[in-house]
Amino acid sequence: MNLTLRIWRQPGPDAPGEMTVYQVGGITEDMSFLEMLDILNEELILRGDQPVAFDHDCREGICGACSMVINGRPHGPERTTTCQLHMRHFTDGDTIDVEPWRSAAFPVIKDLVVDRSAFDRIIGAGGYITAPTGSAPDAHAVPVPKEAADRAFEHAECIGCGACVAACPNGSAMLFTAAKVVHLNLLPQGAPERRSRVRSMVAAMDSEGFGGCTNTGECATACPKGIGLDAIGTLNREFLRAR
Amino acid sequence: MAALPTVVFMALTSERTERSSERGTPADSRSAVAVVWNSTVGKKAAMAVSGLVLLGYLVLHMIGNLKIFFGPADLNGYAAWLRTIGQPFLGHEWFLWIARLVLLAAVLVHATAAYQLSRRDLRARPTGYRHRRARSSYATRTMRWGGVILALFIVWHILDLTTLTVNPKAEPGHPYENVVASFHTWYSGVIYCLAMLALGMHVRHGFWSAAQTLGLNNPRRDRALKACADLLAFALTAGFLAVPIAVMTGAVK
Repeated sequence: MNLTLRIWRQPGPDAPGEMTVYQVGGITEDMSFLEMLDILNEELILRGDQPVAFDHDCREGICGACSMVINGRPHGPERTTTCQLHMRHFTDGDTIDVEPWRSAAFPVIKDLVVDRSAFDRIIGAGGYITAPTGSAPDAHAVPVPKEAADRAFEHAECIGCGACVAACPNGSAMLFTAAKVVHLNLLPQGAPERRSRVRSMVAAMDSEGFGGCTNTGECATACPKGIGLDAIGTLNREFLRAR
Repeated sequence: MAALPTVVFMALTSERTERSSERGTPADSRSAVAVVWNSTVGKKAAMAVSGLVLLGYLVLHMIGNLKIFFGPADLNGYAAWLRTIGQPFLGHEWFLWIARLVLLAAVLVHATAAYQLSRRDLRARPTGYRHRRARSSYATRTMRWGGVILALFIVWHILDLTTLTVNPKAEPGHPYENVVASFHTWYSGVIYCLAMLALGMHVRHGFWSAAQTLGLNNPRRDRALKACADLLAFALTAGFLAVPIAVMTGAVK
């Protein structure tokens, strides 16, 4: 498989960037998108050029490190992370655009790497349970309704990759914040702090410069973990009730 | 097992100290209204409530308009009755002025919130993507410009049929005759029809969006709310368009 890549290259945070065209060959359909970029980078290093900088870690779709917008979609055409996106979803001769997450709250550090520490500060504002809970309790120690447990678990699946912010035309972090609020506020362990949590997390989210929600639904479409737009409805309800 | 009450107690006390101490956000020291208005979520809620007020008014307005099909006596009588609502507790036209003030307040809240949130949203995405593709539905993407079109239309509409400044007939107390005269000019018909199509789009996204913003949506209600938004948008557009079309085709003379 031979491909034409147009990749955003930016040497540093304040340096101007541009889309740079690369030809890459010898790609098989079983390679992941990141492995394809590894091959490109090996060629660039052999040529004496700077390799393309991108975030990656687990490469099995659970850490949320990889972050690139492929053909205008965060993590590309499939509902998965970039590391789990395989080249079989592309065809020989394709031209693929690769860009970093775009948001004022996620400044570009280099090439495709952005600073997502704004998410850490939102979590720091209340995305946890204050009380030390020790080791895992017996399963029947705290009664949790089945429906609440399932919904909390679905929202705990958020890996904080930031695809929701990258997809949102307003660069809004509502889906990320909502996932954490739904996860913790539904559980009895998180209930005592549910009001202060949602207030603090929304305040932190706003102070980071993320945009507001206009209910376009782009975030839920992009989320590799399938977190739905209904999470934002629940966040809104929790926030308005916390007054 | 004995540790559980302690855990809960610690969580409770930690929340209490968090509220009273400096650990809370700076927002906590301000009034509840200021906190709501200054947050993106709260401002959207203000937008949702003001939008629903305006939507409720539009439904009544549209139903009232349809009286034009029963003839001049019905519509003009209805218009005269509107001025007597609340009498003798309220004076002549008082109710109308109260309604106008409520609507003006709703429009101001809605437009101010929309402007401030839009400014913020545009700042949050300073650099766009080079790879462009269509995002979200047409109704969603046209909310901002649709809102501007509707605001301009409201000004025109008041000049045309309330103050009668630009109305070709301009006979106070005779809305039937004024409406017919207005829609006999081509530009009035065109402005009105375009604005009503914009209204339909605005309501289609706006109604469901308001429910979501106020936290009234959930996965079980989602489809019903979307269907309700479609129905409201269609009924309002069709109901409002019926009048100029009837005048322009000669069904109402």
